[in-house]
Amino acid sequence: MQTEPMNPVEATAAAPRRQARIASQLGAWAASGSPWVWLNAAAIATSLIAVVGLLVLIAVHGLGHFWPKAIMEATYAQPDGTRSQIIGESQGHEVVPAERLRGTGIMLPPEVTTAARSLIKVGNRDALGFDFRWVLDDWLLEIRYPEDLVAIERREWGNFFGYVRSVEENGTTIATGPEAWAALQARVQRAQTLAAQIRRIEKDEIGSINYRMERLRLAERRLELHGAPGVTEQADIAAERAALDSEYESLQGRLTALHEAISRDSLTAEIMGNRTVTVPLSSVVRAYRPNAMSLLEKVGIYVAKIWEFVSAEPREANTEGGIFPAIFGTVMMVMLMSVFVTPFGVVAAVYLREYARQGPLTRLIRIAVNNLAGVPSIVYGVFGLGFFVYFLGGSIDRLFFPEALPTPTFGTSGILWASLTLAILTVPVVIVATEEGLSRVPRAVREGSLALGATKAETLWRTVLPMASPAMMTGLILAVARAAGEVAPLMLVGVVKLAPSLPLDGDAPFLHLDRKFMHLGFHIYDVGFQSPNVEAARPLVYATALLLVVIIILLNLSAIAIRNRLREKYRALDH
Amino acid sequence: MNQTSTPTHAIDLSAIERERRHRDLAAEDVCLEVKNLDLYYGSKQALKCINMIIPRRRVSAFIGPSGCGKSTLLRCFNRMNDLVDGVRIDGAIELDGVNIYDRQVNVSSLRRRVGMVFQKPNPFPKSIYENVAYGLRIQGINSRRTLDEVVEKALRGAALWDEVKDRLHDNALGLSGGQQQRLVIARAIAIEPEVLLLDEPASALDPISTLKIEELIYELKDRYTIVIVTHNMQQAARVSDYTAFMYMGELVEYADTDTIFTNPRQKRTEDYITGRYG
Repeated sequence: MQTEPMNPVEATAAAPRRQARIASQLGAWAASGSPWVWLNAAAIATSLIAVVGLLVLIAVHGLGHFWPKAIMEATYAQPDGTRSQIIGESQGHEVVPAERLRGTGIMLPPEVTTAARSLIKVGNRDALGFDFRWVLDDWLLEIRYPEDLVAIERREWGNFFGYVRSVEENGTTIATGPEAWAALQARVQRAQTLAAQIRRIEKDEIGSINYRMERLRLAERRLELHGAPGVTEQADIAAERAALDSEYESLQGRLTALHEAISRDSLTAEIMGNRTVTVPLSSVVRAYRPNAMSLLEKVGIYVAKIWEFVSAEPREANTEGGIFPAIFGTVMMVMLMSVFVTPFGVVAAVYLREYARQGPLTRLIRIAVNNLAGVPSIVYGVFGLGFFVYFLGGSIDRLFFPEALPTPTFGTSGILWASLTLAILTVPVVIVATEEGLSRVPRAVREGSLALGATKAETLWRTVLPMASPAMMTGLILAVARAAGEVAPLMLVGVVKLAPSLPLDGDAPFLHLDRKFMHLGFHIYDVGFQSPNVEAARPLVYATALLLVVIIILLNLSAIAIRNRLREKYRALDH
Repeated sequence: MNQTSTPTHAIDLSAIERERRHRDLAAEDVCLEVKNLDLYYGSKQALKCINMIIPRRRVSAFIGPSGCGKSTLLRCFNRMNDLVDGVRIDGAIELDGVNIYDRQVNVSSLRRRVGMVFQKPNPFPKSIYENVAYGLRIQGINSRRTLDEVVEKALRGAALWDEVKDRLHDNALGLSGGQQQRLVIARAIAIEPEVLLLDEPASALDPISTLKIEELIYELKDRYTIVIVTHNMQQAARVSDYTAFMYMGELVEYADTDTIFTNPRQKRTEDYITGRYG
């Protein structure tokens, strides 16, 4: 660019000329396409930041929950002169208007307009009646982190924070003071082992006996419905029942012994407010002293807690423990759905594209299929409840399971109906993707097959469908992504807050399609909004959300890997 | 064949010329006979009252300008036109005296007897072996030994065996265009058809590959009745025994290749061959 000489005579003419030049340069810039490139780049950057930001937010909140936090001890001095002791984990700070605090009855000097407050997890819900407490930062004095403060995770009543004073065995003190911690470690180990044994007997073995008893009862009822059972049959059933009863008795005996053994030890501790409490070791899941731990030890606890989260069952109304049944239920439901939706969608697409005469009717069907994908999912839930659960399930019960009535077998919500409902929900996606794939198979290849004497069906089966399989996988990927995140219809057709048993276990017939199941999406809703202890549940909402995202990504990645292999195998399409 | 005297030609063209003599259509054994064949695409007539015979174990070539109906006529012989929407065919084509458009004819078994090779090589996205075995597997032949034998024989028949025998289980799409076209021919002859229809088999290939295909056609004619559609008049002159010139859906002239190229009776044939139009 050249700067023009600005002599006074030309100055007046120069301004419009420069304007015109700038305008033409702007025009040239617009014509070069760079504004659009920048606009596109901005749009992509915004999307990326949104996605990454969301993931980071969920990950930080979700994963931070499992880190063993330091336990604080402080004196809480309120202006009216009362002083009390506070022990607990700090969960976060916020600054709030003083007006709001005054509204809740906290006396603040008139000149104060805002105040910082912290949420302290004080635990010990059994002794204190609450396990979270808001405190004003200004009134917290003498904050310290004593090394011998112990955090104990319990099977009930939430966390415990306090000082271990002594350990008792059958009521007699065996260790006090500094030795108590060492004695506790070994005894917690023992209690853990016993608890695992009790759990296995109660859950698996007695659960299995109950299941077999129930089947026996149904078998007997079935015989009664078909007329009077024969003498031998009655004897068989009685013998089997006696065997189960004796098995149950022996298990019950073992269980009693274990319960006795596990309730041998207890500990006495001093908690906030100088109160002394007794904690039975049978309820202890884990005990650690976060203030005394090195980084490595903290990492160990962290990993153990994350493992517990993904592998254990929930306890305390889902606010503690793990979410394994929900993971299992989600994955299994998605897989069942894939098994239902793929053949159905592919067959429909093959008919629409290959056999149906193309005309107004097929066009109408195609429009209908596309619109089906836009129907709100709750509508599918209602349909599933009405058609699958009540109509199909009810009919199946009357025809095949009359012995169980009036208790429904398939006539109630369950994983089969949930998968089928989601299969209907996602079938348009599979149909559209498969049709697209079929239309891309070159005519030359079809003719090559037909010219060799293959019929249309043989051509489809041997050549066209394999070549369209990557497209089918694309459809399935989209279907899985949609189905795994769907919650609303599932609430009507199969998901429960807490499922007593998994839909797949060791009792014949192993796969129990009639059972209800847990689902990560519903778990998020339940823990976040239906939980009695909102503060305790909040981090779990993030952690569960993170896990749901990770599982959907894993399911998608495996489907994408399969698709890429198929693409490589049938790459004729790219030629 | 003498490789040294004709380095650019795998086949000795002069030998073909020497062998070729004036043939007489009337004296040939009839393989296919077309009787009063009319073909309509919707309301447009693409073939107009075609009458001709295709002699057994000879090469017949169809030449003519684009859109003259030569490919359409070829695709009538294995009823490939059935796949086109809105096609109507009147008249008859008899294969060994039986009308292939008869209601009782099974199209699949017809196509097993009348094989076809297309303009662009169209191997399946499978291994070389499975491509050749495809037609047999369709017929339910799955015995490993039979398949091995047939695959080798077909690949040798298509002069491809030596090039691919070490990579029979590689994807066929890794072959060159010319190899793919010979593979497609191997695939067609693996099921032992009586007639082989070649729809411009060399038009998408380079000159060397084209020559190999022509050599192959020359070798295959001992066993198969071959009908070839070509744009290339030299090719028609080199490989065929009989040549049909088609124009605007009509069969203008049909005679032995020497007559068509040296002494055509019709003015339109002469104009086309001498390059005056088309």
